[in-house]
Amino acid sequence: MEPLNWTGSLGTFLNPLMLWAVYAFIAAFLANMAMSIIGMRQADPIVNPDHTISYKLGPVDYALLVMKYAVFVFLGAIAVHIVAGILQPSHEARGIIGGLGARFLPVWIALIASFVLSIRFKRRLGLYGKLFDNLIGMIGFGLAMFWLFTAIFAPMIATHGAIDQVASMRNAVPGSAVAGGDEGLFAYYLLGGDNLGRDVFSRMIFGAREVLTIAPAATLFAFMVGITLGLPAGYMGGRFDTLITFVANLVLAFPVILLFYLLVTPEIVEAGVPVYMAAVLFILPVIFLWVLLYSRYRSQPHIIKWVAIPITLLLLLLYLGTVFRFDPFVWLATSFIGYLNQGNPVSEWMMTTRDSYEPLIGIPIDGNLLIVFVSVVFVNSPTVFRIVRGLVLDIKTRDYVAAAQTRGEGPWYIMLWEILPNARGPLIVDFCLRIGYTTILLGTLGFFGLGVDPESANWGSTINEGRALLRLYPHPPLPPALALMTLVLGLNLLADGLREESLKD
Amino acid sequence: MGLFILRRLGVMILTALCLTFVVFFLTNLGPNLEKLAKTQGNARMTDAEVVQWLDNRGYSRPLLVRYGEWLGVAPGWTRVAPDGTETGRCVDPGSTIAESPTFCGVFQGDLGYSTVSADEVSNVVGGRLALTGWLMLLAFSVMVPAALIVGIMAGMREGSRLDRSLSTFSIASTATPEYVSGVIFIILFASSTSGLSPWLAANGWIDGRTLFLGSARSAMTDITFWNFTLPVITIALYGMGYIARMTRASMAEVMTAQYIRTARLKGVSFRNIVLKHALRNALIAPFTVIMLQIPWLLTGVVIVETLFNYNGFGWTLVEAAGNNDIEMLLTCSVVAVFVVLLTQLISDIGYVYLNPRIRIS
Repeated sequence: MEPLNWTGSLGTFLNPLMLWAVYAFIAAFLANMAMSIIGMRQADPIVNPDHTISYKLGPVDYALLVMKYAVFVFLGAIAVHIVAGILQPSHEARGIIGGLGARFLPVWIALIASFVLSIRFKRRLGLYGKLFDNLIGMIGFGLAMFWLFTAIFAPMIATHGAIDQVASMRNAVPGSAVAGGDEGLFAYYLLGGDNLGRDVFSRMIFGAREVLTIAPAATLFAFMVGITLGLPAGYMGGRFDTLITFVANLVLAFPVILLFYLLVTPEIVEAGVPVYMAAVLFILPVIFLWVLLYSRYRSQPHIIKWVAIPITLLLLLLYLGTVFRFDPFVWLATSFIGYLNQGNPVSEWMMTTRDSYEPLIGIPIDGNLLIVFVSVVFVNSPTVFRIVRGLVLDIKTRDYVAAAQTRGEGPWYIMLWEILPNARGPLIVDFCLRIGYTTILLGTLGFFGLGVDPESANWGSTINEGRALLRLYPHPPLPPALALMTLVLGLNLLADGLREESLKD
Repeated sequence: MGLFILRRLGVMILTALCLTFVVFFLTNLGPNLEKLAKTQGNARMTDAEVVQWLDNRGYSRPLLVRYGEWLGVAPGWTRVAPDGTETGRCVDPGSTIAESPTFCGVFQGDLGYSTVSADEVSNVVGGRLALTGWLMLLAFSVMVPAALIVGIMAGMREGSRLDRSLSTFSIASTATPEYVSGVIFIILFASSTSGLSPWLAANGWIDGRTLFLGSARSAMTDITFWNFTLPVITIALYGMGYIARMTRASMAEVMTAQYIRTARLKGVSFRNIVLKHALRNALIAPFTVIMLQIPWLLTGVVIVETLFNYNGFGWTLVEAAGNNDIEMLLTCSVVAVFVVLLTQLISDIGYVYLNPRIRIS
């Protein structure tokens, strides 16, 4: 079969259009720059005698208009390609862009649905709804959600498996027809093959799933740790504050890359360091939640008894199962049966199986992933700590805190239910930014091959793999690189939009 | 001021001690030592042989004592083998214990021996640091002026079209880590089959086959525009956005100040307001950010040196960490930690010095 071309059947008339749009944009941009430098400005509004405002457009305005419409034409052409890709039946007519657009169909549907719903109900959605008054915020939201939905629908979008190799497709150019693979495979490698003959497009899609499960979770943990330590440090001050601030500065003074190189090695995993670090870092969210519930419902014992205690115990079990691979029920049961059958072969069998028993509750994380997760949390939490501490120092002088103190509320109630909710704006903004930063960190780890499985579709490691033959075959590392860039850009724009909208209050 | 610097120095030394101890601890964990023994000795050593190997080289004593030796506050270990040869931390091969100094550590200026380079660490690290120094210097001399110009232009008219486009540009640059921009730059400018180079070469506008060189190996001996542009731009681009955003925020804040309004009302031209009244005050905050950016660039330096095959400090760090070259790794961390702490100190002092409100009180 012939390889696909980029634009398919519509290319014959859409390509020149897009090319002209690009030329027009560049020309108008240069003209605009030149005119700005010689001091020409946009037209000022003229107030007419009947109090209406009109403009007498000058050359600068026309240049700007040309730029605007060129962007619209270009985006419109892309949109036509995508729609045509979904509607046209044959791969040849779709071309690569249309084919990609068609594969992303679930994402488009989810994106359109979320935008329509959000804009429809934006007045009732608080800060989230206000985001849709802000163009930059909307673009950022769109980009971030695009990758989130891609991660969710990854198996529907990907054309091949992340690690399926087709030997004849090594370094195949984008749009190559799959030859020599099994029957029933998708007929094309839309973005080409990498040096092992795996589909670049599918790896990028599955990479999104890997990145978007670890990055937000690690950021969330970093926030829990930072908040749990930052609230008391800022509110109470004293020795505790001095100590924690010193430790936080210590971690911040550590060059990130050195820390990663020291921590994320198989030897460190063998020495059990990640488990100790996880033991310290993961207990903080459990404590956080318990204190959160206890300080609020202290005077309502039935809520404490039926909600707070069960939730905390469940989390504690999850903590024990995840970090220590320890299940107290299995332990108790085996100990009890072993006690009853003392001296019996059964008891010895019990003792030996107990250690290899998988806990019922607990997320199975292998050592390599755990160390990656823990290191990323460890690197991020001091910054969060500093932000939270700064916010608390600012907020604790407010009147409502004084009012709560006068009411006789305990310090933890004030921290968690008076100060924290009022610090949420900057924290949400920083959360978005920090997911992006964490994504970059994870990519760095992948780029150096630290702690990731060599087969992994992680964007960082895919970029690293493509690096060796970069000058000959540029197509394998480019899609994950652009994917990472757009995701982080989206999150940064989203944070920017949120910040702007929250400042308007 | 004197007391302030003294206290900062005290904290700095404490931090440096803590951090080097952490690095010492992590590099000297059991499995790491075992790996060292197997790479240096014999890959098929039995466990007993590994213990013996480590014993002979003084690795099996308490961690704190060895940390003291490395620092140079505890006397170095010595050992007399059954056949009478004398070995020790401070004993050079061929000399005796009596001839050698008792202490040899960082305080004595002895950084130890690099097992990977098979040379004294101090002989290796100097040249590598000089190479990275050039990279950092050039990256800074591109990044800082560009970032300040972008930030000031964006901040002088907050909310204008120029501000919007420049801010988006700075956000985009902070969203593009070095391993992404580096790869894109190589494809665009340094590949003979893709990007701009084939087109430029076909038109005869460039001499060689590519516009820039995708490897900075030749820049280690001779820095040229051709081989060093891409690494420098790659580092500069990622760091630039953050400084530009900080400058913009600071500039925008200054532009709303009362004295700027007074100047406007007096009829001072916009150009003079920006250059004479606003600029100096707007540059106080970015100064701190620029200084704190230096340690942040370290990650970028490691990535760029790996990507462009430039054997500087970052590359050395990667090599040392990959082969558990303990003393080299410790030296790298000492250098890195001191760079971080020194820039923090300079930024604190600079902030106090630049800001008259703090200086006088």
